[in-house]
Amino acid sequence: MQNSYIPLLIHLIVVGGFAVSSIIITHLIGPRKPSKEKLDTYESGVRYFGDARLRFHPKFFTVALFFLIFDVEVIFLFPWAISFRKLGLFGFVEMMIFLFILAIGLVYIWKKGGLEWK
Amino acid sequence: MEFNLIEILLSPVTITIVKVLLVFGGLMIGILYLTLAERKFSAYIQGRIGPNRAGRYGLLQPVADGIKFLFKEDVIPTHVDVGLFVIAPILALTPALMLIAIVPFGNELILYGRRIPLQIADIDVGIIYLLAVASVGVYGAIIGGWASNNKYSLLGGIRASSQIISYEVSFILAVIGIVMTYETLRLSEIVQLQDSFLNWGIFRQPLGFPIFLIATFAETARMPFDLPEADAELVAGYHTEYGSIKFGSFQLAEFAHLITSSAVMATLYFGGWQIPGVAVNESPSLALSLAGVGSFLVKTSIIIFFFILVRWTVPRLRFDQLMQFGWKVLLPIALLNIFLTGLWITLLRSRGLASAPAR
Repeated sequence: MQNSYIPLLIHLIVVGGFAVSSIIITHLIGPRKPSKEKLDTYESGVRYFGDARLRFHPKFFTVALFFLIFDVEVIFLFPWAISFRKLGLFGFVEMMIFLFILAIGLVYIWKKGGLEWK
Repeated sequence: MEFNLIEILLSPVTITIVKVLLVFGGLMIGILYLTLAERKFSAYIQGRIGPNRAGRYGLLQPVADGIKFLFKEDVIPTHVDVGLFVIAPILALTPALMLIAIVPFGNELILYGRRIPLQIADIDVGIIYLLAVASVGVYGAIIGGWASNNKYSLLGGIRASSQIISYEVSFILAVIGIVMTYETLRLSEIVQLQDSFLNWGIFRQPLGFPIFLIATFAETARMPFDLPEADAELVAGYHTEYGSIKFGSFQLAEFAHLITSSAVMATLYFGGWQIPGVAVNESPSLALSLAGVGSFLVKTSIIIFFFILVRWTVPRLRFDQLMQFGWKVLLPIALLNIFLTGLWITLLRSRGLASAPAR
């Protein structure tokens, strides 16, 4: 039923309105006494150096890549899971082959050292 | 005249607005008092008294905190990316508060011969909505961490996002087990099918539940997995530069996420509003419907209590341990769980036994 999404829209308006308006209200009614120290970057009171646009460990990128693969695969599982009983033994075996191939991928990442943090 | 008034009051739009406001208000009050409960509880664990100045037993403390958040100076440091800096707390808070919309908090309420489902939106792809909206919340953390232009914030944001996406996979795989068992994505139907003790998700998915529980701890960044804001290493993680209500928004989002996760856990694994020993009624009386809401609230509270207990009694992991645990332990077990669930259902059916809760 198309109608069941309208309540979600109402909820989004109420919740989003709360989040946005509370920030605007605070901006308007709060005091404003800026000073150089207050507006500086806070790094535990130590004088900061350089920009924070640092290069970070490439490990984080590979984690994002692994996530992408597994997340897409998981989406394929949903239609199968809903009609699991209708598909019978054939569907079960079929999907287990799919998961097995995926598990090989996980083992490969593992053996290649993609999951080690050093 | 009076008939018309009831007609207007019970029109679908009015009912929806009332439900939204009630649930939203309830959630906000829940969050406020959750902060107090958490502080009191941690105080008792550590042999302190906790907040006790504002009101009796500190009962007005959350209100005082809220007012203070609202009236603080809205500091926007000079080095930040202003647009993203302002959007990040909104992006964190809105999805966290949106999740509660699909959780059924009670059976149907029958009022003047009308059936009112006690759920804001009973959508047919409930579980997918849940996963989709929950993962939008990570944008708040990563954008906030990036926009702050602070090394602690950046590290906190990156940690938060890589931790959440790592456990997301196991989380979804655990939910797949539930979908296989009940064969529906509609949360209201999942609750209806858990009509007896043995049909509860925790008994149907004894291996899936611990996976879901651990993944939830990681997704909400609660204690054993609170690396994104590990205060000994990163000051406060991705919200180091934030103050006043923007900081408050991140806190609200965190607690809202905790409450909603507990509610979802109660719905998927503990029978939601079902009362143990009481059969589902086609046309429940008013008292029975309200008792169902009470049952749901009690189950959710117990789970939240468990979360608080764990937070204050378990030490924090190291980041490499966290990532390795997610990929090397939790993910294989989650895949195994799907295999075992499928095998179990197929075996039961081949022997002609009931493999699913009766529809």
